[in-house]
Amino acid sequence: MLDYVKLIALGLVAILAAIAADWGHDLAYKVHAALIMVIAGAMFIWQVRQIGNTPVVADTTGYLDSVVRAGVIATGFWGVVGFLAGVFIAFQLAFPGLNFDWGQPFTNFGRLRPLHTSAVIFAFGGNALIMSSFYIVQRTCGARLWGGNLAWFVFWGYQLFIVLAATGYLLGATQSKEYAEPEWYVDIWLTLVWVAFLAVYLGTSFKRREKHIYVANWFLLSFIITVAMLHIVNNLSIPVSLLGSKSVQVFSGVQDAMTQWWYGHNAVGFFLTAGFLGMMYYFIPKQAERPVFSYKLSIIHFWALIFLYIWAGPHHLHYTALPDWASTLGMVFSIILWMPSWGGMINGLMTLQGAWDKLRTDPIIRMMVISLAFYGMSTFEGPMMSIRAVNSLSHYTDWTIGHVHSGALGWNGMITFGALYFLTPRLWGRKQMYSMSAIDWHFWLATIGIVLYAASMWGTGIMEGLMWREVDAQGFLVNSFADTVSAKFPMYVVRGLGGVLYLAGGIIMVWNMWMTIRGGKPVVVTTPPAQTPQAA
Amino acid sequence: MAFLDKHKALERSPTLLFVGSLLVVSIGGIVEIAPLFYLENTIEEVDGMRPYSPLELAGRDIYIREGCYVCHSQMIRPMRDEVERYGHYSLAAESMYDHPHQWGSKRTGPDLARVGGRYSDAWHVDHLNDPQSVVPESIMPKYAFLGRTPIDGEHIEDLLRTHAFVGVPYTEEMIDNALFDFQAQGDPDSDWDALVERYPGAVVSNFDGQPELTEMDALIAYLQMLGTLVDFSTFTPDASR
Repeated sequence: MLDYVKLIALGLVAILAAIAADWGHDLAYKVHAALIMVIAGAMFIWQVRQIGNTPVVADTTGYLDSVVRAGVIATGFWGVVGFLAGVFIAFQLAFPGLNFDWGQPFTNFGRLRPLHTSAVIFAFGGNALIMSSFYIVQRTCGARLWGGNLAWFVFWGYQLFIVLAATGYLLGATQSKEYAEPEWYVDIWLTLVWVAFLAVYLGTSFKRREKHIYVANWFLLSFIITVAMLHIVNNLSIPVSLLGSKSVQVFSGVQDAMTQWWYGHNAVGFFLTAGFLGMMYYFIPKQAERPVFSYKLSIIHFWALIFLYIWAGPHHLHYTALPDWASTLGMVFSIILWMPSWGGMINGLMTLQGAWDKLRTDPIIRMMVISLAFYGMSTFEGPMMSIRAVNSLSHYTDWTIGHVHSGALGWNGMITFGALYFLTPRLWGRKQMYSMSAIDWHFWLATIGIVLYAASMWGTGIMEGLMWREVDAQGFLVNSFADTVSAKFPMYVVRGLGGVLYLAGGIIMVWNMWMTIRGGKPVVVTTPPAQTPQAA
Repeated sequence: MAFLDKHKALERSPTLLFVGSLLVVSIGGIVEIAPLFYLENTIEEVDGMRPYSPLELAGRDIYIREGCYVCHSQMIRPMRDEVERYGHYSLAAESMYDHPHQWGSKRTGPDLARVGGRYSDAWHVDHLNDPQSVVPESIMPKYAFLGRTPIDGEHIEDLLRTHAFVGVPYTEEMIDNALFDFQAQGDPDSDWDALVERYPGAVVSNFDGQPELTEMDALIAYLQMLGTLVDFSTFTPDASR
C-alpha cells in the first residue's frame, strides 16, 4: 500500500515538475524544474522495480554510521569545490580577464562569488556540521539515530539544496541577501530538510541512554534551532509567480538591512561558531584523550555566547542609515562577546593540559589546536572591528574579507580537517589515516596559506581605507577610486597564492581520505547496552 | 556556585534545553528589529521619494541578478571623504521602497547610491560593454551580453503587483499601465507624458542607443535614477536618531 502511495506521489512530482519546466518564466527555474523532474522520475522507476521484491530489512542494532560516512565524503568533496571556486574568484579580482568573454554572464565574478561563499559555508561547513552532529549525538547519547531513514533524507535533501542553490546563482536566481541568496522555493526546501534534521537530532536525544546531555549537544542543538529561526525570518518573501524564481522581500530598506545582518552575523555566530564549537567539544577531548577542562566554564560560556551573539548584527551597519541606537547596541554586545568567545577557546586549549606533548607527535591535535588559535584571533579581531572608530576605516574594505577568512579557513576549516582525520579511519575500520606525513603537509600548507591570505588582506584593507579618506592641504581628495583599485594588485596576487596553498592542502587531504577509505571497509558499531535504571 | 548545580535540570531534558535556547536567542533580535517598524524617526520625512518606474524596477532586478551588490555599496556614510566623493550621505528614506535593500557590504568598486546622472547613458553603455575601455584600472567584468538580451516586460505587471502587496505604494493606475510605461521609458518618441506624471523625475531615453529594448536599457535606467529622487533643499536632519 505504502509503495503505491509513494509511486503516486513521485509520479505527481515528476509531472508537475515537467509542467513547471515547460511553463517557467526564467532559466534558473526551468533548469531546476527539469532537475526535479529527472530526480522524481528516476525514483519512480526505481520504486516500480522494487515492487514484488522482498524488502531488505536493515540492521538497526548498531549506530547509523553509513550516513556519517556519506557526510564525511561530501564534506571533503564540497571543501575542495568551495576552495577551488574561492581561488578562481580571487584571481579574477587580480586578473579581470578571467571573467571570460565566452562565459558571460555565468562566469562573471558577481555570480561566482555567492557560489564560493555558499559552497564553503553551506556545502563544506554544513555537511561537516550535519555529519558530525549525527556522529556526536549517537556517541554521546549511546543511541542509534532516531527516525530510521530520516537521516538519509536530511543528507540527500541537503545535497539537493546545495545543487539548487549553486546552479541558481550561476543561472541568475538570487535574492541578493548575502549568505541567504537562494530563492523562495529553495528556501522552502531547506526549511523542510532542516526541520527533519532537528527531528532526528531531538528524537535521538530523547531516547538516549546517558542521563546527561553532553556539552557538545547543547551547542549543536542551539545551532540547529537558531539557524531555523534566522533562515525563516530573513527569507520572508513573496514569489512574483509560482512559475518563476523571482520573489520580493517582505521587508524593505532599513528594516531589511537590519534583519539581513541579524541573520548574516548569526550565520557566523551559530552556523560557523556554535555548531563548530559543538564539534570542538567532542573531537578535541577525544583526540587528546582528556576530559573537557572546565564544566562550569562550559555552562557559563554557552549561555553567554548564544545570548550575546544574536545582538551583534548591527555592527555591520555602522554609520549607515540604521538609527544610532541600534548600531550602538550592536557594538556594545559585540565587544562583550569577546569574553564568551575566548571562554570557548580557553576551555578547548586547556583540555590539552597534561597532553601538550601530543602537539609534537600528533598532527591531528596540532590541527585542532591551531583552529582554536585562529578562533581566538578572529574573535578578538571581530569585536575590535565592531568598534565604530575602527569600523569607519575597515568597513567596505578587504580587511573584512581577511577577517572572515582567518575565521573560516583557520577556525572552521582546521577543526573540520581535524574531525575528518579523526573520523575517516574510525568509520572505515583503519588504525589511522593512510599517510600521517600527508597530514603534516596539509597542516603547513593550510597554515601558510592562511597567513598569506590574512596578511595581504590586512594590507589592502587598511591601505584602501586610508587612501579613500586621504585629503590634501586644500581639503581635496587625494586618490580617485581607481587609484585604490590598482594599488591593491600585488596583494591580490599574494592572496590568490595563499588560496592556492590552502586548496593544495585540501586536495592532499582528499587524496589521503581516499587512500584510507580504499583500504578499509565500513564498520558497524553496536550501541552500548541499556544501563540499569538508577535512582536519580 | 549553587546556581550552576541547578543547571543539571537543563542537562537532562532536551525539551528544557530547546525551550531555554530558543528564548535566549530570541531576545536580541526582537529588541533590535521590532522597534524599527514603529519608531517614528527611523525613516526620515523627505520630499521626492517615489516607487521605481517599471523599467527601473526591471533594471534593479538585473542589478540583483548579476550580483552587483557584492562589489558596489549603495550606502554613503556621513564622513567627509565619502560625502566629498559620492555626495550627500544616504538616508533611510531613500531605500524605503527597496525590497530587499541594496546597501551592500563591500566596495571593490565605488559606491553607487548617487551614481544617477553622473555619467552619460553612452558612458554607461561603454562601461558595461568593456569597463577597462573607460576606466583602465577597473577590474569589473564585462556585461556586454545585456545589450544583446532583449526584454519584453511580459511579467512586469505581476512584479509591480507583488511590490504593491508588500507595501510599495503602486496605485492601480500604475499597475494597469505597467507594460506601457515599461516600453515608453526606453523610447523618447513614445507618448511618455503620463509616465512622467506617474513617476516624477523619471528619465526617458533610449539608454543603450539601440532600437530594441534590452536589459542594458533597463539597467542604465535604474543606474541613472539612483540617488536622484530626494529633494535635499527641503530636508532637515533629525538631531538624534
